[in-house]
Amino acid sequence: MALAESGNLAVGGVQYLWQEHNAFLDGLLGTVKLSLIAGILSTILGLIVAAMRVSPIPALRIAGTAWSGFFRNTPLTLVFLGTSVVLPIVGIRFAWADAIGLDTFFIFAVIALSTYTSCFVADAIRSGFNSVPVGQAEAARAVGMTFGQTLRLVVLPQALRTVLPPLASMYIAMIKNSAIAEFFNVGELTKFFDDSVRDHPEHLYAEFIAVALGYIVLTLLVSAAFNLAERKLAVTR
Amino acid sequence: MTSVLYDNPGPKTRRRIRFWTAVSVVALAAIVGFAIWQVARKGQISADMWTPFADSGLWNQLFSALFSTIKAALLSIVLALVLGAVLAAGRLSNRGWLRWPAFVVIEFFRAVPLLLLILFGLFTWGQPLAFIGEAIGASPPDAFAALVVGLTLYNGSVLAEVFRAGINAVPRGQSEAAYALGMRKTAVMRMILAPQAIRMMLPAIVAQCVVALKDSALGFIVGYQELLSFGKRIYQGAAEIWQLSQPPVVTTLVVIGAIYIAINLVLSWFAGWLERRMSRSTKLAGKPLTAAQTGDEVAAADAVPAGVEPPN
Repeated sequence: MALAESGNLAVGGVQYLWQEHNAFLDGLLGTVKLSLIAGILSTILGLIVAAMRVSPIPALRIAGTAWSGFFRNTPLTLVFLGTSVVLPIVGIRFAWADAIGLDTFFIFAVIALSTYTSCFVADAIRSGFNSVPVGQAEAARAVGMTFGQTLRLVVLPQALRTVLPPLASMYIAMIKNSAIAEFFNVGELTKFFDDSVRDHPEHLYAEFIAVALGYIVLTLLVSAAFNLAERKLAVTR
Repeated sequence: MTSVLYDNPGPKTRRRIRFWTAVSVVALAAIVGFAIWQVARKGQISADMWTPFADSGLWNQLFSALFSTIKAALLSIVLALVLGAVLAAGRLSNRGWLRWPAFVVIEFFRAVPLLLLILFGLFTWGQPLAFIGEAIGASPPDAFAALVVGLTLYNGSVLAEVFRAGINAVPRGQSEAAYALGMRKTAVMRMILAPQAIRMMLPAIVAQCVVALKDSALGFIVGYQELLSFGKRIYQGAAEIWQLSQPPVVTTLVVIGAIYIAINLVLSWFAGWLERRMSRSTKLAGKPLTAAQTGDEVAAADAVPAGVEPPN
């Protein structure tokens, strides 16, 4: 009896998901969009912060360390809340966003997610630099390479290979973290779950499994891409 | 301070560094000053915006809110340690029917956003487990249960991988010697591998506490009354209670943020101290696991310090 009932429920769940597949895909697209933009911005910001942290100028090093220390120890939920309530108070409301079809909340979410992620990206890159033995650069300088050549031909190729695995887990964590944008009214996967569970609590399991699978596929894609890059770049050292 | 990128500076470079230091100090001060000015211009950091925090009654409530946060984080870390140990044992088992389910569970809960898990919990195990929240005096109890179970499942799965890495980091000679003495696998694990691995894993476990504490702020989203929720209540209600011209948003967030940062900095410092202490220890076969090896959020802190050579 119970079995037949749960069987009916499963069929109903699949039917329901099929009906709602457009909303689901919209959510998936929202998560992809948010992660992609925040991923690019956090990488740029992370590179800048990492450059500051390895620079010979103490003031920049301290500023970079402070940036990392701040975001590393603050909950992302607080960063989200901070951006979405403080920026409008100081008059940053992104009025131009509507014109290009973007939601203000989406921009706040991008800012919160990319500033937060940037500190982890910066730390990963910096530890990549630190993993290159000093002797490598000393040897490069000894054979007369300039700073640019040392960086381009000796340090970066080695640092990049060390940095890839931590960067991959960083981006995966960021995709999962983008779920918090749900609370701030950004249309994405978790928002789809939250909305549809409130309207149709009877299909709870189907909705959860579908959304979870969406995230799993996205994270698998990222790790597959990074594995491929790692294999392409692999050299014996 | 020769580094990979530059040699020890000579007199000329030192002059150049001094010049650029001056330029960057000015630039940084301008950026920070501009941000502070923007906030000050709206009267967000003027003296009356701080009046709520001169009230000792508010601090009493603030501390009890902080206590709610710590309750959720602590309970889930303790439960996650147990779950992690069970999952790691399954993952390291010789039996496929134990190894595969453990693998699937670990990978699933690591791949799914914690918030999704907590929201799902609100509709499933939140109500049945609400009695735990009631016993602890959390409000609302079902949100507390959903939060703690979500945090436990996620952190337990992450810790399971930490445990596995820790066990695998014990030099092979240790278990080979134990097997040669005729110990069974369980005895090797219990008497040889686990005691050494646990010490190596301690820094990574403490670092995971930082993650749990930060993630407990997700309780705010599902309505659990913790530190961040209380912060929102302060700035929403303060204007009326203390007769302020506007809600003290910035000052409140600064105070709440400072509390989180202070606790996490102490925890991170403790993890680093454990790591340094252990990499000096001669009793340890192998290097301590750094935060870097816990994967996910706690990325590469610093390059692993040179550990002592294994004594075998």
